[in-house]
Amino acid sequence: MADSSIDKIIDLSKDLRWQIGDDFHDNLAEGIYADASEIATSSVRIDNQNKQFRLDRKIDKIVTSKTWGFPIMFLILGVILWLTIEGANYPSAMLADLLLGNLHPFLKGLAASIGMPWWLDGFLIDGVYLAVAWVIAVMLPPMAIFFPMFTLLEDFGYLPRVAFNMDELFRKSGAHGKQALTMSMGFGCNAAGVVATRIIDSPRERLIAIITNNFSLCNGRWPTQILIATIFIGAVVPASFSGIASLSAVISIAVLGIFFMFLVSWSLSKTVLKGEVSTFNLELPPYRPPRFWKTIYTSLIDRTLIVLWRAILFAAPAGAVIWLISNIYIGNESIAAWTINSLDGFGFLLGLNGVILLAYIVAIPANEIVIPTILMLTVLVTGISGGEGAGVMFELDSINATSDILKAGGWTLLTAINLMLFSLLHNPCSTTIYTIYKETKSLKWTVVASILPVIMGFVVTFLVAQVWRIFVN
Amino acid sequence: MSDKANSACETCSHFNADGLKKLGVNTDSFDFVVALAGNPNTGKSTVFNALTGLRQHTGNWPGKTVVRAEGAFEYNSQKYKLVDLPGTYSLLSTSQDEEVARNFILFGKPDVTVIVVDASRLERNLNLVLQILEITDKAVLCLNLMDEAKRNNIEIDERTLARDLGIPVVPTSARFNEGIPDLIQTISEVASGKIICKPHRIKNVPVNIQKAVDTLSEEIENQYPNLSNSRWIAFRLLEGDNKIIKALKAGEFV
Repeated sequence: MADSSIDKIIDLSKDLRWQIGDDFHDNLAEGIYADASEIATSSVRIDNQNKQFRLDRKIDKIVTSKTWGFPIMFLILGVILWLTIEGANYPSAMLADLLLGNLHPFLKGLAASIGMPWWLDGFLIDGVYLAVAWVIAVMLPPMAIFFPMFTLLEDFGYLPRVAFNMDELFRKSGAHGKQALTMSMGFGCNAAGVVATRIIDSPRERLIAIITNNFSLCNGRWPTQILIATIFIGAVVPASFSGIASLSAVISIAVLGIFFMFLVSWSLSKTVLKGEVSTFNLELPPYRPPRFWKTIYTSLIDRTLIVLWRAILFAAPAGAVIWLISNIYIGNESIAAWTINSLDGFGFLLGLNGVILLAYIVAIPANEIVIPTILMLTVLVTGISGGEGAGVMFELDSINATSDILKAGGWTLLTAINLMLFSLLHNPCSTTIYTIYKETKSLKWTVVASILPVIMGFVVTFLVAQVWRIFVN
Repeated sequence: MSDKANSACETCSHFNADGLKKLGVNTDSFDFVVALAGNPNTGKSTVFNALTGLRQHTGNWPGKTVVRAEGAFEYNSQKYKLVDLPGTYSLLSTSQDEEVARNFILFGKPDVTVIVVDASRLERNLNLVLQILEITDKAVLCLNLMDEAKRNNIEIDERTLARDLGIPVVPTSARFNEGIPDLIQTISEVASGKIICKPHRIKNVPVNIQKAVDTLSEEIENQYPNLSNSRWIAFRLLEGDNKIIKALKAGEFV
């Protein structure tokens, strides 16, 4: 095709555009609407007495109302969390009993009977196998409860209402209202939340949503929050209130995360990511009763198993690393003990300790293994009895035993509170970091998104520690 | 169980449970490409799952499908590749998801475009339908969520609608697999050319614009006689759409 003929078409279009003026877009849009209306009128018959629309609207009036919108949101979050915490207890204990209590000794016995050298047996069974077993025992039950419930809520049509409620807050903090949706996804998994930001068109607002997604407490961090809250927060109130107290503590941390998300979104949009807030149409879809069993099935297949598989992939090498650093000696100290000692000073400043900091370095691939790593390392440095030996990750059968070990390791209420804060405010896991890089294709923003929360974690825990030591001690 | 019933049904083109094979993500070789377009929240992904046997998660919120999902099915020994496009309200602006959808229908030249609409919000959905019908000749309207429409006492005269739009209309409730066999049958008939569409073209435009569009599309047709969507390209050129001008220069329409 000759170029001249194309130029001719383009020139002609320029001339014509000049003639018809700038109303073209509006005229065309109006024309389409007029056609649509004509066609619809001749084929659609609506009986105006329809009741479903009224029910939808009635529900919407309550769940998106100024007074009830937020309390209902927190109530739903609370109920889901409570069901997850309570419901996951028993299956978790059963899995732990099976995988750690029975299968682990069996494997050890098997290894001994075929004469496996101690280092290979330790590396594979005490390192890799135990890390994987722990992640399955701790993560599978809560995920298998949390994800289906979240998916049911999603299929019912509640998520757009959350976005509707929070739109004003997001607009004020210079972010996109749809960030409410990606934030909610982040409560399940931050990597999934980062991918979901594709629904935000403006690159500026999308970047804000990506950077702040880490402030949604993800599934890998819920167990840490719940365990620490149960041991330390629940213990400071009378026994009958301990359940409520620990649940409120966990919800407060989640709400604090949302607060930080707004704060960081606001600061970014006022400094490095300045710009107008884009408007968008959010359609509130009709409520649809979810197809219960189908939803449960797909959410188990699509979400739970995929996320679990990812966790296993990352936990296996992490388990190996923990075993190695605890069993390789430099002089007469293991690498782990040496690192913990050098991190202890900095840890004290933050109201934490060297064990926690090292655990967070080891657990970069998967947040789920923070608690077992902490327990194992605490046993290692305090030299108290418990667990299975150097570099062996384990779960203690009772919360009391866990609490004893942590207290022997010098833990106080401050350590617990700051661990909960640091669990909220630290770098995203390596999967999320990789996903951020894939989505932004920018090394700079990936680094910002990874480093910013850690710095905030240091600052917040440092301040809390200083204030605590002045006023409480 | 009953060979007799089977043999009687085999000859009937509407009995297609036997002819349908859901191929999942296996999109290696195919005879036809089918695009799934539509507004957000009309159940496109549910239709996609019903056709391919895949279990792509479907959430009840707008914008769920952010990437182009692909799947396949086989019907009467012909393979169909199915592409689930992001849901959009229009093709006239330039947001990322609209461009993905538009470019696929325009340059991907699907053999059939299935436009999924929410039966209880037909008028609003027609905005996109009419735009797509300017781009492609081979389309099927999937009137989805019929169960909800019925519950809301909305009745739709499918025949009138099909006549007005000039394309086949298939009512479905994809969540309950209702109407899916009909949809597959219709897709295959449009793909094979058994059904010829005469799509509706936008009428209610002021005379001066109509004239300009006619002049321009005539010129485009002179240069590209095989183009079926010259009118739509004329629309875009009159709007000054740089991407279309670029595509034209690069010869992507030939």
